[in-house]
Amino acid sequence: MLQTIFSADFFAAILRATTPILFATLAAAVAAKCGIINMALEGMMLFSALFGVIFSSMTQSWLAGLLITMVLGGLIGLILAFFVLNLKTDEILAAIAINLVATGGTVLLMLAYSGDRGTSTSIQSVPAPALHIPFLQDIPVLGDLLSGHNLLVYLALIAVVVIHLFLYKTPLGLRIRAVGETKNAAESVGISSRRVQYIALTISGVLVSMGGFFMSGGYMSMFTKDMAAGRGYIALAASSMGGNTPIGGFLVSVLFGIAQAVANVMQLTTIPTEMIQMLPYLTTLVGLGIYSYSRMKKRQRLAGK
Amino acid sequence: MSSTRKFEVLRTVVAILIALLISFGVIFLVSDDPLNAISWLLTGPLKSQRNFFNVVESMIPLIFTGTGVCIMFSANQINLASEGAFHIGGLVSAVVALKLALPAGISPVVAILLSACAGALFTAIPAILKIKTSADELVSSLMINYLALYFSTFIMKYFLQDPAVGSASYPIPEASTLPTLIARTRVHPGIFVALAVAVLGYVFLYKTKIGYQLRLTGENQQFAEYSGISIVKVILISQLLGGFIAGMGGGIELLSPIYDRFSWTSLLGYGWDAIIICTLAKKNPLYTPLSAFFLAYLRTGASIMARYSDVSLEIVQIIQGVVILFIVAQQFLSRYKHKMIAREAKAALKEEEEEVG
Amino acid sequence: MEKQAVLQMLNIMKIYSNGVVANEDVTLELQKGEIHALLGENGAGKSTLMKVLFGIETPDQGKIILNGREVTIKSPQDAISKGIGMVHQHFMLVPSLTVAENIILGVEPKKGLFIDFNKAVAEAEAISKTYNFDIDVTAKVEEIPVGIKQKVEILKALYRGADILILDEPTAVLTPQETSELFVQLKKLRENGHTIIFISHKLDEIKEICDRATIMRNGRSMGTYSVSEISTDDMSRLMVGREVALTFEKSPQHLTDVVMRVRDLTVHNSQGILKVDNLSFDLKGGEILGIAGVEGNGQTELIDTLNGINKKYRGTIEIKGSDARPLSIKGIRDLKLAHIPEDRMASGCAGTLSILENMFSNQYDQPEYSGRVLLKRKVLSRRCDELIREYRVKCKSSRQQVGMLSGGNIQKVIVAREFSNQPDIIIANQPTRGIDVGATEFIRRRLLEFRDAGCAIILVSADLNEIFALSDRLAVMYKGKFAGLFTDVSSVTEEELGRYMLGLKHAEKLEGAIYE
Repeated sequence: MLQTIFSADFFAAILRATTPILFATLAAAVAAKCGIINMALEGMMLFSALFGVIFSSMTQSWLAGLLITMVLGGLIGLILAFFVLNLKTDEILAAIAINLVATGGTVLLMLAYSGDRGTSTSIQSVPAPALHIPFLQDIPVLGDLLSGHNLLVYLALIAVVVIHLFLYKTPLGLRIRAVGETKNAAESVGISSRRVQYIALTISGVLVSMGGFFMSGGYMSMFTKDMAAGRGYIALAASSMGGNTPIGGFLVSVLFGIAQAVANVMQLTTIPTEMIQMLPYLTTLVGLGIYSYSRMKKRQRLAGK
Repeated sequence: MSSTRKFEVLRTVVAILIALLISFGVIFLVSDDPLNAISWLLTGPLKSQRNFFNVVESMIPLIFTGTGVCIMFSANQINLASEGAFHIGGLVSAVVALKLALPAGISPVVAILLSACAGALFTAIPAILKIKTSADELVSSLMINYLALYFSTFIMKYFLQDPAVGSASYPIPEASTLPTLIARTRVHPGIFVALAVAVLGYVFLYKTKIGYQLRLTGENQQFAEYSGISIVKVILISQLLGGFIAGMGGGIELLSPIYDRFSWTSLLGYGWDAIIICTLAKKNPLYTPLSAFFLAYLRTGASIMARYSDVSLEIVQIIQGVVILFIVAQQFLSRYKHKMIAREAKAALKEEEEEVG
Repeated sequence: MEKQAVLQMLNIMKIYSNGVVANEDVTLELQKGEIHALLGENGAGKSTLMKVLFGIETPDQGKIILNGREVTIKSPQDAISKGIGMVHQHFMLVPSLTVAENIILGVEPKKGLFIDFNKAVAEAEAISKTYNFDIDVTAKVEEIPVGIKQKVEILKALYRGADILILDEPTAVLTPQETSELFVQLKKLRENGHTIIFISHKLDEIKEICDRATIMRNGRSMGTYSVSEISTDDMSRLMVGREVALTFEKSPQHLTDVVMRVRDLTVHNSQGILKVDNLSFDLKGGEILGIAGVEGNGQTELIDTLNGINKKYRGTIEIKGSDARPLSIKGIRDLKLAHIPEDRMASGCAGTLSILENMFSNQYDQPEYSGRVLLKRKVLSRRCDELIREYRVKCKSSRQQVGMLSGGNIQKVIVAREFSNQPDIIIANQPTRGIDVGATEFIRRRLLEFRDAGCAIILVSADLNEIFALSDRLAVMYKGKFAGLFTDVSSVTEEELGRYMLGLKHAEKLEGAIYE
């Protein structure tokens, strides 16, 4: 079993399991930074998984499929923003509504598009290709480890850096953080909080849609009903435990990825699978407790200053 | 009826109408015979006695979790763990039924009570975590729902599993199951318990001292504190009770004629449905049977429609989603609300003038 | 030589949508390079005038002339771009960002797509140096003391090119050391040609750094004076005053036993600033102890400690002979203490619940109104209707949402609730603020009735009319202490009271606070 764990295949399995959650976690972080809990990630991911299959098959191009999926993902983010910011809908209830529509809507859409029920067997979708990195792939061991993964795996890793730079190094990122933390302060210097939140939720939608695209065109090669399977919620917890930072979220997502990959391997052993499947959630719960506790103490300390 | 109340009713009706219209639109898009499909959706549950009782039986779990969520949300605790509490409730009643071998009559009662207690302990986890560490109950409750799922599957697989069937427990012994009330349907005594729970939930929230404390805290925590109410106590009680009811619902559902074994290897979603029920019922448990009936009717109608037409069942979720979106959108129809209030204010002013004059 | 006017606000009138006339023909003229005090009590209209200047409110009448040209200021951004900066009393800073980030927020220097942090830090440092502000601009705002936060606010305004700087009660949150440091910097700013509007009601501070002062009272300007030519007594007289003397027929006082005994009470607020300073007093049944004072001198902290909301204090509070420290809020209320809170909507009621549900939050658990488990709904409903009639709450029924009522009627509901619990002690914090004349009069009469019936009352109010008309003993709070205490209220003039409120005068030895 140790051999399995230290193999390149296992490493690839971790990356594969991490990628969709990582995209969603980044999406959660961007939304949280602007002050909104985006629980609709679950539904957004599900929609995007289906859009990926439909549009890549329609255009017979993974790139066009991905781009359309990203645009539509951003659009769902906009819809959420419209309800939350303009119609003053409770963000949690709006998210539950979007998730419900996604659960039913994806099945209906797929049925209407292909006549498939539950699984998109008759759609000829085009998943994103694996990326073989020149030179790197020829290096022994390292080449096996680092080269040859799905393109979106690399994009997810790049996205961590990009979102980190975006949030912490660009004017818009600074404004998002300011709006999320103290709306009044941001508005007092002439920043429109509504506009900033619209942008952040749209970005959140685009990010999670890439995770959704990977679900049906990378992690698996088809769409199945309810395939997000709670990843949107996990992402919410992961982001929260990671302090709503891209780097923190990345580390927690990897923890999830490892736990899931281990769980897959462990299925061959005598340790109950369910116990291992519980681990990531348990870790997050404990981590969340510790993180919140330390933040509470810090707040108390600062208030007493 | 006050103008606000009137407005809420109006908004609910309009939201449901919009949702139905949107779904009709979808049906027209996907169906070759849309009118047939719509007719099944709307009237299917009334076409036979059996169909109608399908509606009744599917109301039962909805009333339980809906009432539980009404109580938690009334205290402004957004704890979504009723989903897991329901699941754990089902597991506990299966364990009691299979392992304790109590005599008929006593067994279901013990099983249901224990499942309710398990549910209460379960939803208390996010509550305690919030009190002790200030961790957001929303996020932690989302996580423990998965713990409930995998824990239950684990117990089922290693302690209850029937090797002849695979991923399900041994059949629930006759002594523990709830009887069928009406022949050729699956309506069971749980419906009475559910209705009683809804009424008791209403009595609890609106007629008792602790319910009053709970609602005061939910509406304005600082005011409640100034009035001398213990906030920690309210947080704990609301969530213990919410979980108790959801757990009871899970226990009853599993012992009902609908299931003959514990075979829940994925979350059933009643916790999420509960939020719709709670939203429709405006957090008042007394209205949960009505909301549950609406939802159950819609689902039964949709499953009948799916059987007799080319439109699939999932249309229901779209209707539910749209209904929620419009009911909770505060600005939706707000102009109308404003007009209504302004009219009333003017009338009141006139009255006052007349009084003076 | 008449200096050049940088800003003129001429005949400004502002009426809020609820009919309150906040500014009535106010004129303010600023000369270049002066520190100009805007002086007035709470509710005199200072904030409204500044909101008009900063583009938060639009005036109903009047014009603003900036550097010789008439302008309209549509929004805070507009004000900023015209060189007007404002430092709000409640800081508008993002705690987790650094000082430099807060300063550049919204006008970030860029290098390509990114913020040029080096430049940001350098610019923030440069501007901080220019004005002798010694600040570590890379520190996080949440980790710096209040005094520095204020400097950051000022730098924020300067960075945006403010020539005219509005400081809204800048010293309210500062320690004396921080205050004198701030003054040094304000003088430096004046030397550099900036014009400063200094909102305050602390006369010693105004004397110390301001050149001229415009005094406001009741929405009107009482004139602009050169600070060196007007005495603090005159300032105080112009600022504090009653429009109409209103009197109540007060029956002779019948004092009973001491019901509240406070000794050496010291309270710090959550920022660690001393708010109540070694205060000792007694309260007897049958008297109204009025507490006057400019807001922020510790009244809120005192009240919140007396009714059990704040438990962090030194000293002792004894209510009806029992130590209040171990008692919960409920325990204190059970000693028949009623509390009309300062902020109606935040802590006085639940706006979304009905009148009925708001009426009994302090007494629902009494045997009259509830059994072991259940509330006696019929009794409650009947009693509520009685109270609505008795307190003349204008409403359709007891089922109406409290939030839908007018301010005066909401206050009546709160008062009805607190008074109907047969209180022995009433703590009334601004009981008539912002409500109509009828309701005000009604509540005042009720307070007197309770006094006559032997109830002990503490009345905190910014309304001097109220304080004068109702109090049997009158204490003035200044910087957490009783600066003065009068046992014969009718002998006190408002000028004298004003001097105590503004810290110009304080009793050498406080007499009459404690009953021997």
